[in-house]
Amino acid sequence: MTDIEPDETVDARGAACPGPLMDLIGAIRGAESGDVVRLLSDSEGSLTDVPEWAEEAGNELLAVEELDDHNAFYVEKA
Amino acid sequence: MTERVVIVGGGTGGTVLANDLADRLEPELDAGDVEVTLINDDPDHVYKPVWLYVPFGQREPADGRRALDELVDEAVDLRIDRVTEIDTDARRLRFDGGEPSMEYDHLVLATGSTLEPDRVPGLAEGGHDYYSESGATALRDELLEFTEGELVLSVVGTPHMCPAAPLEFVFMADDWFRERGLREDVDITYTYPIQRVHGNPHIAEWARPIMEERDIEVETFFNAESVDSDAETVTSMEGTELDYDLLVTIPPHGGVDLIEAAGLGDDGWVDVDKHTLEAEAAEDVYALGDTADTGVPNAGSVAHYQAGVVGRRLASEVRGRPATATYDGKTLCFVETGMDSASFVEFDYETPPSPAPPSEKLHWSKLAYNESYWLTARGLL
Repeated sequence: MTDIEPDETVDARGAACPGPLMDLIGAIRGAESGDVVRLLSDSEGSLTDVPEWAEEAGNELLAVEELDDHNAFYVEKA
Repeated sequence: MTERVVIVGGGTGGTVLANDLADRLEPELDAGDVEVTLINDDPDHVYKPVWLYVPFGQREPADGRRALDELVDEAVDLRIDRVTEIDTDARRLRFDGGEPSMEYDHLVLATGSTLEPDRVPGLAEGGHDYYSESGATALRDELLEFTEGELVLSVVGTPHMCPAAPLEFVFMADDWFRERGLREDVDITYTYPIQRVHGNPHIAEWARPIMEERDIEVETFFNAESVDSDAETVTSMEGTELDYDLLVTIPPHGGVDLIEAAGLGDDGWVDVDKHTLEAEAAEDVYALGDTADTGVPNAGSVAHYQAGVVGRRLASEVRGRPATATYDGKTLCFVETGMDSASFVEFDYETPPSPAPPSEKLHWSKLAYNESYWLTARGLL
């Protein structure tokens, strides 16, 4: 378990790829610099999509938490 | 007692469903046991795929418009009005302008997508689109005069209507400029928000080599953050800046506010069971087409197939029988790959798409379907 406190959580469970990444991008678009967005996704593709996009956009992927049937991604806006 | 079926939205999904019910429930409608009402805020039905051809001077927006009262069966009560509130507890709709409210027993939401260019600063001023009638005619005026420079096609967000249309536009533009001997003077760049050129990996794998072959530049992981219409630049969240002489965008899309206000889902899309199309947050409410958050493309064929499923389910419910019809994710698209060639894809929740080799025959099939679309809207095809 991580102790990171997110500023916003986006629940994209059930959405097919690239829905979760697009939901994350939408949340980051509206966030302030330094805010942490938590993305909940059960899409396998998110495990590669999210780190690749975070790196490309210069945002930091702080943690990936493996939960029972989904993953939680913590991304800090640059 | 008369059962009231109310459909909100007179696009492909709502219109096909209204005509489907008029046919399927004919005995009950004749006997006065059922009423079917279709509500739309415009007296016309619009076939949006026509807009793809408008910028190239090949079709007129009027080719995609017909009066709803000519398309909808006379057994359906057609009401031109704007719904402003959905109360799923009282099963009641309220209207613009203080008109009396309307109660329903079965509600179907087919309110479609709206364009939200204001979400990106500068986009409305600097960008053109072919996802609206006014946008398509304004783009036509620019494109017909455009003989050299940087043409940028930017997909600003997903989901958006017709996921194939951005690919179609750049393939058609490439071919159109080649035919006119202008291609060497026009650079075409295509941008997409994720790491490939289309949301569906199978379609992306098919399209990418065609783009390379035809010298269409690609920028992936490009989420437009702002447009500077004076400097003619578009900048992404990822830090890339592109110069343009003509910027064509697929603006961000949303649904309608009254869906979120009714607690049926976020961003104007209704959370549904993706097989039954029943709303998760309310009883006796269905959603179809773009309005239903199923993860399948926002496409006319989807709305068409879903309307058939909802029609069968509603007929069962009205007759007091268990509703068993389900939607399997079926999607069918012709994809233009030039001015006289097209591909074709068909897929569902379980089966991925496998694009057909582009051919002139498929291009003519697409044009033939566009002409016969009015039979689809009438529920005949």
